[in-house]
Amino acid sequence: MDMTQAIILTIMTAATPLLLAAIGELVVERSGVLNLGVEGMMVMGAVCAFAIAQLTGSAGLGAIGGMLAGLLFSLLFGFLTLTLVANQVATGLALTILGLGLSGMIGEAFIGLPGLKLVAVPLPLLSDIPFLGRILFNQDPIFYTSILAVIGVNWFLFKSRAGLRLRAIGDSHTSAHALGVKVVRTRYLAVMFGGACAGLAGAHLSIVYTPQWVENMTAGRGWIALALVVFASWRPTRVLAGAYLFGAVSIGQLHAQALGLGIPSQLLSALPYLATIAVLVVISLNRRMTLINTPASLGKSFVPER
Amino acid sequence: MRIELKKRENMSSLFSILSPFIALGLTLIAGVILFVSLGKDPVSALYSFFIEPLTEVWSLHELAIKAAPLILIAVGLSVCYRSNNWNIGAEGQFIIGAMAGSILPVVFHGWESPLMLPLMMIFGMIGGALYAAIPAFLKARLNTNEILTSLMLVYIAQLLLDWTVRGPWRNPEGFNFPETRNFADNAVLPRIIETGKTHWGFGFALIAAIVLWFVMRRMLKGFEISVLGQSARAGRFAGFSDKKMVYFAFLVSGALAGLAGISEVSGAIGQLRPVISPGYGFTAIIVAFLGRLNPLGIVAAGLILALTYLGGEAAQISIGITDKVTRLFQGLLLFFVLGCDTLIHYRIRLVFGAAHKGSAA
Repeated sequence: MDMTQAIILTIMTAATPLLLAAIGELVVERSGVLNLGVEGMMVMGAVCAFAIAQLTGSAGLGAIGGMLAGLLFSLLFGFLTLTLVANQVATGLALTILGLGLSGMIGEAFIGLPGLKLVAVPLPLLSDIPFLGRILFNQDPIFYTSILAVIGVNWFLFKSRAGLRLRAIGDSHTSAHALGVKVVRTRYLAVMFGGACAGLAGAHLSIVYTPQWVENMTAGRGWIALALVVFASWRPTRVLAGAYLFGAVSIGQLHAQALGLGIPSQLLSALPYLATIAVLVVISLNRRMTLINTPASLGKSFVPER
Repeated sequence: MRIELKKRENMSSLFSILSPFIALGLTLIAGVILFVSLGKDPVSALYSFFIEPLTEVWSLHELAIKAAPLILIAVGLSVCYRSNNWNIGAEGQFIIGAMAGSILPVVFHGWESPLMLPLMMIFGMIGGALYAAIPAFLKARLNTNEILTSLMLVYIAQLLLDWTVRGPWRNPEGFNFPETRNFADNAVLPRIIETGKTHWGFGFALIAAIVLWFVMRRMLKGFEISVLGQSARAGRFAGFSDKKMVYFAFLVSGALAGLAGISEVSGAIGQLRPVISPGYGFTAIIVAFLGRLNPLGIVAAGLILALTYLGGEAAQISIGITDKVTRLFQGLLLFFVLGCDTLIHYRIRLVFGAAHKGSAA
């Protein structure tokens, strides 16, 4: 493996959790729900994946467990915001605070233990392609899932009837309801999909990226994923581009730290966060594009008339 | 079984008082379940968590010290949240305020002047306000999402503090520990009463709560905050500027968070360290909601959340459970508060049996 391949591979590994969490949140927001709890669901996915991998001895079960943990955790958010119509912003924050606290408790027994790593699964024939085979087709299952999720979500949103309904709900829940679309049920499903994606993204952190449990190991990635959705103006393919851009920034700063260029390490560590602010500013410069793409009922509560 | 909501014609004044208490009750029940599942006696666990810290004078002072930053920050956040400005970066404003306020005692070490403390407090407020002005400017000018920018600035502030205390501000006589000089006596916030450790930060918190309560309740500005928060469009018709409100809300809450930061450093810690807050800026979000965004309610809520910090430490010592329980309780409490607030605006009906046609959501 040459140097270029190695660098591209690490960038892809860093980008995968961002991509997964962002693609999940994209579907949630397209249905008109703003779930700010991505960080909380992600960290729950991370701790549960690690714990289940430890207890069962199988990293694969860990990944599934992490995904389910994210899904179950998202149901709390769904119940509060969709059934009890609580404020979505505040509830999302609550989900993050609760997730960070709960994961800290669950994970206490697992601090410092060596983790299990989800092994790469080379795809037959494809992985033999020179250069690209090594990068694209000799990866862990979560990576494949993330790419399939982008393709699947893109197809679902823009080519399927159910996707059209989901977007209709996101743009006007009142009109969609009047047309007989099941608003609350669809939103529950979207929130659960977002939770599962965030959980799997967390699992990637604790059983692929750095196979160990460290408290708060998501380190703001859930929030960066939220920013990516805005940056991508709610389009799956742009989320893909954005996630890889951010992967490159975070790997770039790690390499710069290792080289010791005389730049304070704290400044380099701050780069992903500074970059997030920068892209948010750049994207909001083009106000028309943002207005056109933002789901019109984003963040608004819906109470069906009876 | 389904849950149906029916909008009340008027807000329920009964439930707007009761809902925080119901939420507290539910949190206690969750606590009992948690302690039982951990194999602890729930009664003694809850006693050592919530009652024991209140039984001794010194721990009451600890309670006031912990409540001070929570109340100061949350009072500012209530202005933001009422006006629909989602500042969730108070933790960063707290840190930058603490750093700005520390310029005089660290860089101009040995400056003897009675102006020292007042200037430190003013610098702290300016620092916090300027840091909060960044997301405010981006929101008002470019419509950039303030939730994400204010949060990202928290991480940046933490890294900046870390660099400062390890680099330029490190104590030259400190054996290379990552901390600044200890503040001189004239830079330490005095105690309110001689016999206890409670410093003037708690006094600032009470003053801020009363002043903002008056502003929100009795002055036009308070009305403007509420109107713009409920409907920016309606506010514009009334001649209020939503852009100016963005700046007002962020600057007020940033200044208060900054004051909380420098008060904590000057009154309780006595120097800058890489970490100066156990997440006060985030816990204050819970305080603001538990206090129903009312400054006087926030004083009570701040004391309750401060108690969870003390209770966590006490429970760790006396019954041997991790102090991570604190953050779990805090998160649960916010969840229950938000859920119970539904009772204020809606009647909740449980519907048993299959959904009949036309009413399924």
